[in-house]
Amino acid sequence: MATFTLPKNSTIQTGKTYKAEPGAKNVKSFKIYRWDPDTGENPRYDTYELDLDKCGPMVLDALIKIKNETDTTLTFRRSCREGICGSCAMNIDGMNTLACLKPIEDVKKADVRITPLPHMPVVKDLVPDLSQIYAQLRSIEPWLKSDTAPPPDSERLQSKEERAKLDGLWECILCFCCSTSCPSYWWNGDRYLGPAVLLQAYRWIADSRDERTGERLDNLEDPFRLYRCHTIMNCTATCPKGLNPAQAIGNIKQMMVERQG
Amino acid sequence: MPIIKDARETLMVGRRTDGTRVNRPLSPHLQVYDLMQMTSGMSVLSRNTGIAWTLGLVFLVWWLVAAAAGPEAFARVQWFFSSFLGILVLAGLTAVAWFHTFAGLRHLYWDFGHGYHLPEVMKTGWAAIIASGVMTVLTWLVALISW
Repeated sequence: MATFTLPKNSTIQTGKTYKAEPGAKNVKSFKIYRWDPDTGENPRYDTYELDLDKCGPMVLDALIKIKNETDTTLTFRRSCREGICGSCAMNIDGMNTLACLKPIEDVKKADVRITPLPHMPVVKDLVPDLSQIYAQLRSIEPWLKSDTAPPPDSERLQSKEERAKLDGLWECILCFCCSTSCPSYWWNGDRYLGPAVLLQAYRWIADSRDERTGERLDNLEDPFRLYRCHTIMNCTATCPKGLNPAQAIGNIKQMMVERQG
Repeated sequence: MPIIKDARETLMVGRRTDGTRVNRPLSPHLQVYDLMQMTSGMSVLSRNTGIAWTLGLVFLVWWLVAAAAGPEAFARVQWFFSSFLGILVLAGLTAVAWFHTFAGLRHLYWDFGHGYHLPEVMKTGWAAIIASGVMTVLTWLVALISW
């Protein structure tokens, strides 16, 4: 069931403001979602003013600067800082993206508002619990399944055309910006697989080396798992890697119809 | 024991540093997400116009029932629909019906496997908005001329 409001323990209060150092000219404030399990209080927005002249260009640079210099308790995931690990996925200025790929100057508003990936259980601050979505990924069995043995002296080969079908699919880094941007996934994420997992499902359906296409489609033939996609297309609009999960889901739906003959 | 209807509820429980349990908050969604972008904005409008059109059909039923009931009842309905409020309702329903139709055509286009790339999504979205505006005005021009 869709609940449009936040539960009582999740409404966000106003927290502290950390002023910029005096004399800073190029100041931008970052309004960041904070929740600490140890206090048991409701989440809050803390505001940190930063001198952009002393900060790197990306939102992740700002977060790291805050953690290093202002408030060491600020908690967030990050690793590669170059858009390939998918760790720093969060909601920045109303859209999900990777903090490391989001230039601060792209946010025109006075505050850069940063919250965790939407409609997720919060572990701490900007860290969401991804257990459900990982379990869903596991459920589509994202690995090559083949009944014929590979050639004894070589790899399973593909033509250039067959390989090209995987472009736009293999690049997904599983940051889950798309799934958590999808209102349908917000309301039905217990059973709807969501755009990221469905794109992965299609990645194996489209692979010429995989021999379990029928079985994979059977698994998705379900009013919730696949068909809660209503082509809202927030997924494609938000993907920080420029991929198109909505198209992948559309392709699966088409294969469902085509195989009925 | 409360029955868990949604598997995600199990993830709403976390642990404090000392090991005691704590209820986790749900991260903000509608409260922070930019829903008025072309993608979700059109989806919200499409759904709500569908609901409004369905509810609007009650007026059509009222009109038909009144027509069957006799001249007095029919006159009352006609009076309502020529009042300011009645015309407002009809004009709203015209706009809603056209918008829902064009948004539906856009979905049909997707279902045939076209128009998934973002620039196309923007174009077809604007096309649906503009077309429903134009058709609403045209419908009323025709209606007023023939009135």
